[in-house]
Amino acid sequence: MQGLNPFHRGHGDGGRPAPVRHVPARPAPALNRAPRRDPAPSRLAYRLNRMMLRPLVRRLVHIGLPAFLAAMVAGLWLSDETRRANLTGGINAIVDRIQHREEFMVKMMTIEGASPVVDKGLRAMLPVDLPASSFDIDLEKLRERVLKLDAVEAVDLRIKPGGVLSAVVTERVPVVLWRHARGIELLDKTGHRVASVTSREVRGDLPIIAGEGADLAAPEALALIDAAGPILPRLRGLERIGERRWDLVLDRGQRIKLPEDKALQALERAIALDRAQDMFERDIAVIDLRQEARPVVRLGLEAQNAIRRARGQPEIGPDGKPVEAAGKSGGKSTKKSG
Amino acid sequence: MKDLYQGQRAMRNMRRQAMQRGVIAVLDIGTSKIACLVLQFDGPSQFRETDGVGPMAGQSNFRVIGTATTRSRGMRYGEIETMAETERAIRTVIQSAQKVAGTRVDHVIACISGARPASYGLAGEITLPSGKVTETDVARVLASCDVPDFGRGREVLHAQPVNFAIDGRSGLSDPRDQSGSRLACDMHVLTIDGDAAGNLVHCIRRCDMELAGVASASYAAGLAALVEDEQELGAACIDLGGGTTGVSVFIKKHMIFADAVRFGGDLITQDIAKGLRVSYAVAERLKTLHGGLEATGRDDREMIELGGSTGDWDTDRRSVSRADLIGIMRPRVEEILEKVGEILEAAGFDCMPARQIVLTGGSSQIPGLDVLASRILGQNVRIGRPLRIQGLPHNATAPGFSSAIGLALLTAHPQDEWWDFDMPAEHYPARSLRRAYRWFRNNW
Repeated sequence: MQGLNPFHRGHGDGGRPAPVRHVPARPAPALNRAPRRDPAPSRLAYRLNRMMLRPLVRRLVHIGLPAFLAAMVAGLWLSDETRRANLTGGINAIVDRIQHREEFMVKMMTIEGASPVVDKGLRAMLPVDLPASSFDIDLEKLRERVLKLDAVEAVDLRIKPGGVLSAVVTERVPVVLWRHARGIELLDKTGHRVASVTSREVRGDLPIIAGEGADLAAPEALALIDAAGPILPRLRGLERIGERRWDLVLDRGQRIKLPEDKALQALERAIALDRAQDMFERDIAVIDLRQEARPVVRLGLEAQNAIRRARGQPEIGPDGKPVEAAGKSGGKSTKKSG
Repeated sequence: MKDLYQGQRAMRNMRRQAMQRGVIAVLDIGTSKIACLVLQFDGPSQFRETDGVGPMAGQSNFRVIGTATTRSRGMRYGEIETMAETERAIRTVIQSAQKVAGTRVDHVIACISGARPASYGLAGEITLPSGKVTETDVARVLASCDVPDFGRGREVLHAQPVNFAIDGRSGLSDPRDQSGSRLACDMHVLTIDGDAAGNLVHCIRRCDMELAGVASASYAAGLAALVEDEQELGAACIDLGGGTTGVSVFIKKHMIFADAVRFGGDLITQDIAKGLRVSYAVAERLKTLHGGLEATGRDDREMIELGGSTGDWDTDRRSVSRADLIGIMRPRVEEILEKVGEILEAAGFDCMPARQIVLTGGSSQIPGLDVLASRILGQNVRIGRPLRIQGLPHNATAPGFSSAIGLALLTAHPQDEWWDFDMPAEHYPARSLRRAYRWFRNNW
């Protein structure tokens, strides 16, 4: 076969000399090549590989094992008391260092719209001494505490840039005095307590209400006071009766008993009566308007006695009993003669 | 036959289980390479009606998710020669296919190419008591086929009903519910050497895999390489493998004959290695890169460096012309094709209406084979590449993969076998509980 025999190779170009070959003294040692690795997996490797292809095993090995190792290493490391303390100390130090940076410090507090007393109380309520970190000031809690002050209606707390804790306070405006068994208090228009006073003279400009539970009905009382325009100079105050209804107390011991509901209308009717018939100027002790359909008037002692005199009946004293004693006859004689 | 029936039924159940799980491996154990395809069955709903994809004989509901090939070891003539070596090769290929697929595979369907297949055509006939063909009648007629003596140690690999006839009306594929008085059937039975099949089963069991089916490689290659019309009209598929050359004859979409020649591409390589005095690897390279069957004048001038690593300069620097190589290969290929021709003649292929011959398998890639084959086997010869299936990588579309792909197709759309029908009642063992129950019911 052509070309199979090596000596016939290249017979086209005649007598070409054989290539020079330097024959080594002994044959070159065969390259001690490592035998080619068997590509087949061993039975164990094959079984392990197939086991790893089970989803559960795979998840266990890929997620469960690292998680377990991490937890174990962390647990072992943290089991030492000193290391734990060091770790928490280090974390706290970092937190502290960040929180006490210059940018987060609150250096001063400005309070607007507060009276000196409230101002002082507010400053005392601040839980930390300034300068302090803004992380240490819990504005929400502070606001709740400030709102517990009776004199404060609303407060707007914020930390402004430049380290200023700003508090804008809206104070309650006292509009009425409330006298009760334990003293005298100032109430605002909703009936909320503002402050206590020692005597009525401290705020002589404010009207006074009295009686248990009067503060709860303070808005109604204020409406009644507003409606009592013409008789306002004579008004001494309002009294809450049985935590249920109002009595309007005028000077000279006159008293207007108002009904439980529609008190305002009843008062307006009484004022209309007064305007028409000059009722309050007369000697009337009590005007009872509790029954809308039938107002009742109780006459004063003078008027009663005048009627009795005219009828020829014996006069009565303040206790309601006929006056007979001789000692008192001198006083009565003028009336008898008149 | 009972054991066979039970064993095949068990494999069918295993296959059903694997389909339910959705992943099944297909293993083509050849003489030169072992190929493994991992199939995923996603169900038929992955294509919509509007896509224009019908059921396509089950091909649309699976896709290949992993492919691996490895050099076969311990195999000869398509049979297992060294069990341990083959087992290692199967382990390698399954592990790498699993790695590609990313899932674990537990069920495998294998095909066997050698093991001396033998084809039998059986015929059976029964009378129909009800005048109508029922399911049990089909089972009965299949059971009534007179079974010849297969010989010692033979196992039935395929037993497929290919034809039914009712009262002389022949050529029925599904006789159920048809009326008539006599039902006849033709069955094609393929038997192989039992020991070779047992070795294969044992090897696969040793790899912790469940065997879900065994098929003949030539049958699988025919399924993949023949187009539907060829299967219908009649064609022969010649699977030129490494160690064996499988022949399968199809008509009316049924295999009616299968056989294998114990000659293959490895013999060509051996001839080259002997004739040119080169190593086996060099011979394989020469065959693959420069091989051919039709010498032309140009081939005389085309010199091929033989190469080699013997250490002798002169030996390693030899070169041969391509015509020499063709001169070595051609007689061997002619011999193989003549053997195939003998088999086809024995099978009565000349009487078929359409004598289409399709060459596939790794060795069918030799240039000029179709010309040579048409000279020896007949005019209608073509080189067949396997059907394209979904997800198959490009390097697995070569003709050498036709039996693996055919096995995948067979998995998706299994052919009815004799054991798919219920065994007739009189064939139950005598101590059957049902029989005892019937006896009790009749007597009390």
